[in-house]
Amino acid sequence: MKQIYLDNASTTPLRPEALDAMMPYLTTEYGNPSSLYPLGHRSENAIADARAALAGLIGAKPSEIYFTSGGSESDNWAIKGYAHANKAKGTHIITSAIEHHAVLHVCAALEKDGFEVTYLPVDAEGMVSPADFEAAIREDTILASIMFANNEVGTIEPIAELAAIAKQHGVAFHTDAVQAFGHLPIDVNELGIDMLSASAHKLEGPKGVGLLYVRRGIKLDNLIDGGQQERGRRASTENVPGIVGFAKAAELAWDGMDAEANRQLAMRDHCIKRILAEIPHCKLNGSWENRLANNVNVSFEFIEGEGMLLQLAAKGLCTSSGSACTSGSLDPSHVLLALGMPHEISHGSLRVTLGRATTMEDIDYLVDSLKATIENLRMMSPLYEDYKQGNYDSIIAGYAADGMKNVHA
Amino acid sequence: MAMQYSDAVMDHFTNPRNVGEIECASGCGTVGNAVCGDIMRIYLDIDDDGVIRDAKFKTFGCGAAIATSSMATELVKGKTVQEALKVTNKAVMEALDGLPPVKVHCSLLAEEAIHAALWDYAEKNGLTIEGLEKPVSDISEHDHHVELVDAEEDL
Repeated sequence: MKQIYLDNASTTPLRPEALDAMMPYLTTEYGNPSSLYPLGHRSENAIADARAALAGLIGAKPSEIYFTSGGSESDNWAIKGYAHANKAKGTHIITSAIEHHAVLHVCAALEKDGFEVTYLPVDAEGMVSPADFEAAIREDTILASIMFANNEVGTIEPIAELAAIAKQHGVAFHTDAVQAFGHLPIDVNELGIDMLSASAHKLEGPKGVGLLYVRRGIKLDNLIDGGQQERGRRASTENVPGIVGFAKAAELAWDGMDAEANRQLAMRDHCIKRILAEIPHCKLNGSWENRLANNVNVSFEFIEGEGMLLQLAAKGLCTSSGSACTSGSLDPSHVLLALGMPHEISHGSLRVTLGRATTMEDIDYLVDSLKATIENLRMMSPLYEDYKQGNYDSIIAGYAADGMKNVHA
Repeated sequence: MAMQYSDAVMDHFTNPRNVGEIECASGCGTVGNAVCGDIMRIYLDIDDDGVIRDAKFKTFGCGAAIATSSMATELVKGKTVQEALKVTNKAVMEALDGLPPVKVHCSLLAEEAIHAALWDYAEKNGLTIEGLEKPVSDISEHDHHVELVDAEEDL
């Protein structure tokens, strides 16, 4: 059976050019960058080149880029490191309710350490309001962390506006850009970002490597103490092949960014339109306008998400869900709940995330398979039976965002 | 964290047995609620000798919820009411070669749905079934609140 991979927000295949760039450092060029002989120097130079390349893509200086093990470490380091280094100035942090757990759980850990955290609500489309943000800033606010784009529903946050407000009030601004990096143009100076987290494997780079951009002058405590790697800021022998592959994948992503975004946008909108038009009792989650080009997230009433994913998997389709059942926890997605969705509907959501390999045929196959799957699960659903008999009301229409009601009609 | 289901669970999820409704069922029970993400409804057709001639189900829930409903209906078919009471969540789990720990509550729900259907049958016929207690409204053992919903009323 053919496998169709539509879960690119969770990870991506390694780009062949990135693998080619990595191969020497997995084989003959195995030197430790800290060593004094040429074998080590060559590894050190490879890292320096990668650092310069990545810095150039986002308008940063090479000395402002620190390599990490991935997005979660970058988020941990930025938030914990900044909070602890600056607690004399204040102990209040602002974030949003829809952050990745690598931010939310870090904030929860800091709350145990005596910090106070404000979790900003979002609107029905998943947008953080700049006015809410400004109102939440206090005398003792030291840091704000708002994601660039949401991993579940793809909503792109008003980062420039939020960062400008933070700057006016002397608050450092961190953004988890794991889903946006390599997909949207990012210039840290134009946007006014102080710290930014990114991960290689979301843009067809290797797993196990990421970066934290830290604007010059921003003080952070170390997260990993030890050797003098990363200018004494992050110990551990550098992941040379990973770093080289990260830079290669990022350069290629930036080169083809507009063309690929437009290609994905056409497929994304085709997918959304077909689903909304052909499957009753569903809604698009998040914003249609301010949305990553690769993200589709839809909720279906009267069914539960895991059954849908398993049936799609049986047809070769790799997708994911906001459904709890997939993650080993029984709670529905915190993101969908923060968007104001009731539990009943939050259990039945599907996330489809496109990649460079995705074709229009894949999307049509997905929608065709989805129609059959939803029909099959509804045939088994007591809620649907009750709805058909007039004993249960369909509520999902009430949660459709304004711009999307017409499509359904 | 990925979760692996046994082949038996996948079989019963992919080809569920006894999906549907029974018109004028002898007993019908619905347990769970949509907020928690699981609802099971079981219909029983019971003859004058107290033998379950047919069982059907409808379930809103994950793969394990559908598989346990399918297996539970298979296990009670052809049994007497008394024998059906012995179809416990453990029996359903064993017949499915086990469930991931986070899915054990699905088998509890299946047992409870059978009991709710039997209770409905007993009430309709003015019977007392020895060993059957009124199904409880909360069987949560796993931080999972399960409420009994009366099929005729709330849904």
